[in-house]
Amino acid sequence: MADIHTKTDEHITPTEVAEVELYHATSFWTKYIFSQDAKVIAIQYSIVAIAIGFVALALSSLIRLQLGFPHLFEFITPETYYQFVTMHGMIMVVYLLTALFLGGFGNYLIPLMIGARDMVFPYVNMLSFWIYFLAVIVLVVSFFVPGGPTGAGWTLYPPQAILSGTPGSQGAGIILMLASLALFIIGFTMGGLNYVVTVLQGRTRGMTMMRLPLTIWGIFTATVLALLAFPALLVATVMMLFDRVLGTSFFMPSLIEFGEHLSYGGGSPIMFQHLFWFFGHPEVYIVALPAFGIVSDLISVNARKNIFGYRMMVWAIVGIGGLSFIVWAHHMYVSGMHPFFGFFFATTTLIIAVPTAIKVYNWVLTLWRGDIHLTTPMLFSIGFIVTFVNGGLTGLFLGNVVVDVPLSDTMFVVAHFHMVMGVAPVMVIMGAIYHWYPKITGRMLNDAMGKFHFWVTFVGSYLIFFPMHYVGLVGVPRRYPELGDAAFIPESVATLNAFISISAFVVGFAQIVFLYNLIRSIRNGKHAGSNPWRATTLEWQTAQTPPGHGNFGDELPIVYRWPYDYSVPGASVDFIAQNDPGTGAKPETTS
Amino acid sequence: MAVVILLVLVVLGSVLFHVFSPWWWTEIATNWSVIDDMISVTFWITGAVFAAVILFMAYCIFKFQHTEGRVAAYEPENNKLEIWLTIITSLGITALLVPGLVVWFQFVTVPGIATEVEVLAQQWYWSYRLPGKDGKLGMVDNRLISNENPLGINPNDPYGQDDVVIDSDALHLPIGKPIKMLLRSADVLHDYYVPEFRAKMDMVPGMVTYFWIEPTRTGEFDVLCAELCGTGHYMMSGKVFIDTQEDYELWLLEQLTFAEISPSENLSTATVVADGN
Amino acid sequence: MTTVLVFLLIVSSVSIWWLSKQRLTSKPWLQSGLEIFDGHADQIRSSKPKVGLIVFLGIIGMFFSLLISGNLMRQEVTDWRQVPLPNILWINTELLIISSLCLHFALVAARKNDASLFLKKLPQGGSDLSNIEMIKPSVKRAVKNRLRLATFTSIAFLAGQMIAWKELSNSGFQLTGNPANSFFYLLTGIHGLHILGGLVALGRTMLGSWLQITQEKLMARIELCAFYWHFLLVVWLVLLVVMLGWAHDPFISSHH
Repeated sequence: MADIHTKTDEHITPTEVAEVELYHATSFWTKYIFSQDAKVIAIQYSIVAIAIGFVALALSSLIRLQLGFPHLFEFITPETYYQFVTMHGMIMVVYLLTALFLGGFGNYLIPLMIGARDMVFPYVNMLSFWIYFLAVIVLVVSFFVPGGPTGAGWTLYPPQAILSGTPGSQGAGIILMLASLALFIIGFTMGGLNYVVTVLQGRTRGMTMMRLPLTIWGIFTATVLALLAFPALLVATVMMLFDRVLGTSFFMPSLIEFGEHLSYGGGSPIMFQHLFWFFGHPEVYIVALPAFGIVSDLISVNARKNIFGYRMMVWAIVGIGGLSFIVWAHHMYVSGMHPFFGFFFATTTLIIAVPTAIKVYNWVLTLWRGDIHLTTPMLFSIGFIVTFVNGGLTGLFLGNVVVDVPLSDTMFVVAHFHMVMGVAPVMVIMGAIYHWYPKITGRMLNDAMGKFHFWVTFVGSYLIFFPMHYVGLVGVPRRYPELGDAAFIPESVATLNAFISISAFVVGFAQIVFLYNLIRSIRNGKHAGSNPWRATTLEWQTAQTPPGHGNFGDELPIVYRWPYDYSVPGASVDFIAQNDPGTGAKPETTS
Repeated sequence: MAVVILLVLVVLGSVLFHVFSPWWWTEIATNWSVIDDMISVTFWITGAVFAAVILFMAYCIFKFQHTEGRVAAYEPENNKLEIWLTIITSLGITALLVPGLVVWFQFVTVPGIATEVEVLAQQWYWSYRLPGKDGKLGMVDNRLISNENPLGINPNDPYGQDDVVIDSDALHLPIGKPIKMLLRSADVLHDYYVPEFRAKMDMVPGMVTYFWIEPTRTGEFDVLCAELCGTGHYMMSGKVFIDTQEDYELWLLEQLTFAEISPSENLSTATVVADGN
Repeated sequence: MTTVLVFLLIVSSVSIWWLSKQRLTSKPWLQSGLEIFDGHADQIRSSKPKVGLIVFLGIIGMFFSLLISGNLMRQEVTDWRQVPLPNILWINTELLIISSLCLHFALVAARKNDASLFLKKLPQGGSDLSNIEMIKPSVKRAVKNRLRLATFTSIAFLAGQMIAWKELSNSGFQLTGNPANSFFYLLTGIHGLHILGGLVALGRTMLGSWLQITQEKLMARIELCAFYWHFLLVVWLVLLVVMLGWAHDPFISSHH
């Protein structure tokens, strides 16, 4: 018990936390449109992100339509196929996952879970959403300009991305994409500053870092990563814009295209790749770390058991965050970079597997000897573990440099990253929405629809992406709209592709059920009360549900314990709220 | 309960799918079967871990699902267990990494006796160059590429005169000898990919990249591009033939050198070096 | 990428130092109940805007490190031709130094009248503003003048940069001519944009010094501006070193 230091109340005033001067909105416009309330901003981010996510989902259906049933749909030309693939990827990674986890969940949960009234820079926070919205608009506009959106792949590799052989390169397509990314980064930086400084400086009394729920550790670390990684994408974006618009040669070597010698010279395509992946690898952890944090809390609540090994979980999050900056070139093993780098990056990549594995063990060990309630959020958490373990393990193939050589740029890679970054974090997003919807709206989502949604999405997604690894093992390359008559590809691959496509359509349709549930339950959902899951974290201890302006009523909560006091021996109930000084009797919060 | 069955089925189904899958790698045609061995080892280790973790989770759900009166155990952490798990995981990782790096070292270390073959990639076709009788490839420059000089060979370089220029989609290689594939691009990023080779590498305009192989069986193989290079990327295919030494020499006789395809005014005063100097 | 990794090392060191104070080895499940943990002992002393600015400068530093990394990687290639820096850049550098000094002395002046040191703290938090001294007129004058000079010199800096660009492009060093040229325009342009952004904040501060804002607020704003300006000055000096060709990426040059 040596770590505890008790302070007498001599020089601490009861509410030592200085009250934030909250902005009090009065008009409709300042309450719901240009709101500075993080909860409203969170919902705005979430709606836009999910909406654009459905666009990307539709694009994926078109992609699978072509891959499963080639030649059936004349309107899917190679050009449009490449445009679909590019936009699907970019939207999903950046505009959906990053925006939803950080802008959506971050904005809603950070102030509530740390006991703050709002973010520390609410005006800047409000701006961040509108800049994100503008970025999305610019991206959508690129669909409609002459030449259409860029078809360079979400990785946007030069020189091809800005040369005439690639769709969207000659018109505004690639320019708008780059502009949209720049806007996103600027907007995101404004939001990110809020998330970081609020966690650093806005915690309520008693809320030490080691009493933070893992959700916050995950989102906080991810934000730090994002603030340091997105500048690399900004540099790459600016340089590529210069090359495309002003004719510089940052990335453009001297080249002859379709018989014509172009005026570029001396640039390095590999430099782009270094910059892009220096951003790109931390990006996947920017998506994964919030998922890790959230799923820890979902499992804990629903197993009525503390997350196993909280300290290790925190160290693992921080360790993974740090290591994520020195693994990037595992995306470049066959790029032609100096072979020496292969040794270094394979080593760091396989090392990062260790803290990640520990997290997996701890999630499962939380279930061990728990009191497991198979609620919809718990089901999605289980789905996460299955798909994340699967996707993480296939990463061991690709991370091991020489094994990556035959597998890179095949469907094996596509299967891997969809499983580990598409399916797994999305399982968490869905579980998280079922979990926090009652707090945001005061109503429960329909349970039967939720269970249906889980079963179809989980089983369906597994059926899409597990077999896809084997398509890649055969040697089928990625980014091929058609397979032609390559002799090494057996006929049965076409059947497998068709099967995968049908699974994809089924999963896609199931999301409509989810959407319906989300909308319908606002009015028709069962009333939830303030803490339907009987959870310990601060957001469930608000006086009002949904939380009112200022979150916690007249007095901010004081935190006495960590967030995982579930089934504590000797307690009268199986959970003790963080702001409960005693052993289980809930303190009355003033309203 | 349904969830438990689901998890068991997922593991069972995945394992059975793997075992009975007709979708497996193509039969290898080079010396890189050690990469296939690495893939197999990785499948064994990752498969075992996947099964173990998911089945253990299924067991937990089976045993510890909520029933009336059930109370969860209280165990904030177990340092000893976590340390053991960390050690075992690290050992597993090491078991994959160390052999992997050994093989990677072999992959990047080209045998001294390897002959060189150059591949030039452009949107959207392949062309090739062989060193010819002098055993050396002449200097090239992308800026010299033209209709008469499809590979951009420098006409002033004597070593280039006898370079064999293959301006078609069909390359032949002799079996049983190590070959260093030198990879060039005239325009954008490409990747020379023959699934049966296992080895592949991107071509980067402005650089020369490489990989090396030693063909181990004869046959006809597809060449595909494995780095998105524009609208024609998926159509950028070719053929590579591994021949016996005799067949290879027959094929070689039919090919033309740079000197032979150059219009006479481009021929410089550089002397053609006839034997291997 | 060495520059970037070095910068990351600095950021990581700061992060690790901060993390080490968060008691990450403690066992939080043992430290609960009636003993209240004063979370504030762990929080950073500086104000929220200051912390926000420090984080923001970390991001900007990362951004410039990446640009510099790109420059250093590119300059090792044989076709690089060093750009002869126009002489006006030295004048611009002096202007930027003066800007920073002005802001520093504006801060000093504002602090002279720091009545907030004597303000009573209220039980519920915050300060008793009832008898705050609004800023003395003489102090106000000093602050205003220094802020004015800082603004003027910064604008002059930007004008000087544009003159430098004009000079260079007239002497034949076009943007697309040589990678060294491209990097020169890119680095100076991005730096200039950051100064411009800073001028917006400085403008707000000046407005504040004209209006009846409190001593505390004015000091805080000037402090942030000064900090930002000093940082951009350091960035500028580093960029000069890079653009003069005095810096080399040790990792890359060893490969040539």
